[in-house]
Amino acid sequence: MGKTLAEKILSAGTGNDARAGDMVIARVDLVFIQDTTGPLTIKQFQASGLKRLANPQRTVVFIDHAAPSPTSTLSNDHLFLRQFAQETGAILSELGSGVCHQLVAESLARPGDIVVGSDSHTVTAGGLGAFATGMGSSDVAVAMGLGKTWFRVPESIRVVVSGDFPKGVGAKDLILHLIGRIGVDGATYKALEFSGAAVAAMSMSQRFTIANMVVEAGAKVGLFPADETTRKYLVAQGRGDDYEPLSPDGDAVYEQTIEINVAELEPTVARPHRMDNTALARELKGTKIQQVFIGTCTNGRLEDLAVAAGILKGKKCHPATRLIIAPASRQVLLEAIKAGYLQTLVEAGATILPAGCGPCLGLHQGVLGDGEACLSTANRNFKGRMGNPEAFVYLASPATAAATAISGEITDPREVL
Amino acid sequence: MLRGRAFKFGDSISTDHIIPGRYAHLRSNLPELAKHVLEDADPSFVSKVKKGDFIVAGSNFGLGSSREHAPLVIKMAGVSAILARSVARIFFRNAINLGLPVLICDTDHIDDGDELEVDLAEGTVKDLTNGRELTFGRIPEVMLRILDEGGLISYIQKHGDFKL
Ligand code: SF4
Repeated sequence: MGKTLAEKILSAGTGNDARAGDMVIARVDLVFIQDTTGPLTIKQFQASGLKRLANPQRTVVFIDHAAPSPTSTLSNDHLFLRQFAQETGAILSELGSGVCHQLVAESLARPGDIVVGSDSHTVTAGGLGAFATGMGSSDVAVAMGLGKTWFRVPESIRVVVSGDFPKGVGAKDLILHLIGRIGVDGATYKALEFSGAAVAAMSMSQRFTIANMVVEAGAKVGLFPADETTRKYLVAQGRGDDYEPLSPDGDAVYEQTIEINVAELEPTVARPHRMDNTALARELKGTKIQQVFIGTCTNGRLEDLAVAAGILKGKKCHPATRLIIAPASRQVLLEAIKAGYLQTLVEAGATILPAGCGPCLGLHQGVLGDGEACLSTANRNFKGRMGNPEAFVYLASPATAAATAISGEITDPREVL
Repeated sequence: MLRGRAFKFGDSISTDHIIPGRYAHLRSNLPELAKHVLEDADPSFVSKVKKGDFIVAGSNFGLGSSREHAPLVIKMAGVSAILARSVARIFFRNAINLGLPVLICDTDHIDDGDELEVDLAEGTVKDLTNGRELTFGRIPEVMLRILDEGGLISYIQKHGDFKL
């Protein structure tokens, strides 16, 4: 009997035949923490009695969530993280480098790797074929010290994607559509495995957007095959040697198959306060938006900024709507400068934040006022997510975000393309 | 045997309801952080909950972020177990890793304020207020052993490694 991607990677990681439902202990190839969950992870690591990191060169401490730090307490957390990295030899990713998941994708994760991070969007690296999943501080602390962890091998749901994206519709609309269809617990404990002609045609940036949000349907991991597109991406990142082709067996067993024809999709929005509370952008016309945010590990990549700049070129943001942009990494920032996207966006009235999480989690840099609504390209819109439980967060693609910034209300980007 | 009152919550209580991101600056000051537990779902929870009480929720409790602070502040508030129809994956693992039992059962007939008695070994919940008895799903073996040692960190302190 053939294997799914999850079964293949976990079999290689345990040296045994790992099948859906099995409990296994697997090697961990990359482990990381970030600045809001990291301090507790370090305290748990210290309490566990595990003295050394199993693999310091594959252990990373990211300062990205509250960076630069807005308060002295968070600055002290950063000091603690830096000190830990220095003492243990872990790699330190300083503020301004970018969001952990983007940096893991750009420079660290390899196809077939098992990646554990103390952040739920660790799943992003599934876009290049890594079994990447988020865990809490205790689990990550133990993975840092032992270089392994236990997993229940997940059942897989196959998502077969066909068709060509219509103009103005992209990966974000696809994943929002899927979450709206199966619900915020539609894939709990499961792997979502993507395949089909439309997946083969997708850029890495689109794959990362989709993999990033599988956790919003409860999934443990979202896996893409590693193919020619993956190889070219790794070569362009200067790490062609990290490439390894990866695909599921033809006779692998799936719990369920979901088919999506992207040609039938329209620009999609998740309304407050749940990711599966979806509607079409055109159905929400007239919904006033005070803040538009483009960025995050979901949609803060170069392609996303290119889409936004394309729509905003020669235009101005609506006077009642502020536009905030946070590139996902320093590489994205530099490339956006070179391509002229930042100039276009700033001329349209955008405020550019440092590479990092920005206002995504409600800690700083764009907290909403009472009754205000934000249309964000992020992945979560829980009540209180952007720092104020009296505010409202809508999730959409960079194209919908840019069109909305111009009109001041939720707008289908096809109206301005 | 655990005994306490039920605090009833609905479906999809997220980690942002349990401990909002806006309090991330308090994450290294746990006693202060714990004062905000479940604030965005029920602002009066923290003033009413007593040691031994239970959280009784609908489906998909704890969805969202991987912050272990979420089950940690619930435990610090004195909650002895969480009963829910279903629980999000990372939260489930985190709670067990902190020694906080999470019991999957049909919570529909438990009302807010009911007196409950939970027998972890037998796998039963008795609602002393309405006389009903429920059973809850088995916790996977590896998690039971972690729970028995009071959580993952004490498990590792004792055994130094995982055993399946
Ligand atoms: S960008 Fe947002 S979702 Fe992504 S890691 Fe940062 S806070 Fe989390």
